[in-house]
Amino acid sequence: MSFENAAAHGHGHGVSVATRGIRLAFGSNQVLRGVDLDVPAGTVACVIGPSGSGKSTLLRTVNRLIEPDSGDVLLDGRSVLKDSPDQLRQRVGMVFQHFNLFPHKTVRQNITLGLTRLKGLSKDEAAERARQELDRVGLAHKADVRPSHLSGGQQQRVAIARALAMDPEVMLFDESTSALDPELVKGVLATMAELAAEGMTMLVVTHEMGFARSVSQQVLFMDRGSVVEAGAPEQIFETPASTRLQRFLSQVL
Amino acid sequence: MDALNTIWSTFFDLDAMLKALPELLTVGLPNTLILALSSGVLGTVLGMLLAVAGLSRHRWLRWPARVYTDVLRGLPAAVTILLIGVGFAPLGLLVWGPNPYPLGILALGLIASAYIGEIFRSGIQSIDKGQTEAARAIGFSGGAAMRLVVIPQGVRRVLPALVNQFIALIKDSSLIYFLGLLASQRELFRIGQDAAANTGNQSALVLAGLFYLVITIPLTHVVNAIDKRLREGRRVDAVDPDADDFDTEMQAAGLLAAAPAADAAGTEGEAR
Repeated sequence: MSFENAAAHGHGHGVSVATRGIRLAFGSNQVLRGVDLDVPAGTVACVIGPSGSGKSTLLRTVNRLIEPDSGDVLLDGRSVLKDSPDQLRQRVGMVFQHFNLFPHKTVRQNITLGLTRLKGLSKDEAAERARQELDRVGLAHKADVRPSHLSGGQQQRVAIARALAMDPEVMLFDESTSALDPELVKGVLATMAELAAEGMTMLVVTHEMGFARSVSQQVLFMDRGSVVEAGAPEQIFETPASTRLQRFLSQVL
Repeated sequence: MDALNTIWSTFFDLDAMLKALPELLTVGLPNTLILALSSGVLGTVLGMLLAVAGLSRHRWLRWPARVYTDVLRGLPAAVTILLIGVGFAPLGLLVWGPNPYPLGILALGLIASAYIGEIFRSGIQSIDKGQTEAARAIGFSGGAAMRLVVIPQGVRRVLPALVNQFIALIKDSSLIYFLGLLASQRELFRIGQDAAANTGNQSALVLAGLFYLVITIPLTHVVNAIDKRLREGRRVDAVDPDADDFDTEMQAAGLLAAAPAADAAGTEGEAR
């Protein structure tokens, strides 16, 4: 991995992200019951909690892949609900549990597609940018293969490169290591930790308690559509206040 | 023994075949191919529009597509061809004169579009929702995500079905004879049938049948080959790495390969 390049093309310009009273129901099913969160610029917040607690849905309301019924999303202190969702999503990168690389395109094309079509870069500029981002994640030599030829861990690193190439101000990670074989998790987490060290603002839904503890400045515990407890990682993991968090931690740790 | 000879000479009279061969080759074959290819193109374009309309969120797009598809798939091809070929003849007379040929193409294309539309729709629907989500997360609009990410993948997944549909078109093009074609417009079947009717010997029709088989049987093997490739993954990674357009992608899909096995099975891509 080339740190010189990472420095030359770092992503240390994250802005703050916040939600205010996000509510969402699918029919009678209350998925989010008024969620507030504040991620200061350049920090990492991890969202933990049992499955079905609304973590992934919350993440999708931040870049409006899902529109909340009510509440507000703030980027750099400004509400984004009145902006065009497509514009907003260019400012917010997202990485998915199942990578969701485009299988009909090469690794390079996965990255250049948005650059040429949305950012208006020329083919050469986009290819150069793709090379830099792939270099960062140590996969420049895989630029010409299709995603199906990569391991899950490599695919996820390409997905991260694809998101970063768009120069996002915030990165969302949706259980980005949950679909990986155990031996591949480390490489992806290392890439994420590096990004955090550069100063990217990151909102991370994860089951990796070690990552949450060592990389994040803030941990939020969600259950049944609400943030039950939030605080510094030491506080959440060492002195959990609520019985629900205590029970959850006893199950996962 | 006599009976056998009679049967043999009725169906496999070499002289009768040779007599019909030039016309089958120079008139029938080109016409069959023109009818099948042009209606195939028309059917593919309309089929894609039908598929997108059928998947639309808007009821007033979805419903007409549904009704159109149900009606045209539900009617016998002969009925549709006659209704369009005869019904629109006065209109055709104004546009291109007394010539049923374009109407035949139109009718075949409209029938094909109903089937092809369903093929495309199933292909598009088979693409994982995560693909749309990923494209939209990058900042693409819903339409761009469909056009750049979902449709190219959906199309290559249904290539075998599309080729099958083209085989059906080659066979159905024989129905155009209902419309009363000029001598120069006759396709394989009509030429074989005319010769058979004139001579009382079926050999020319048998030869016409052989022409169809020469086209359709290799195509069915193409279908099987594509299908196998889709199931087992690509053979070589020789697609132009900078190909970025829909057209080159389509071409690449047709000639080389398509989605890997894991994707064809509908599961998320695992490393192979």
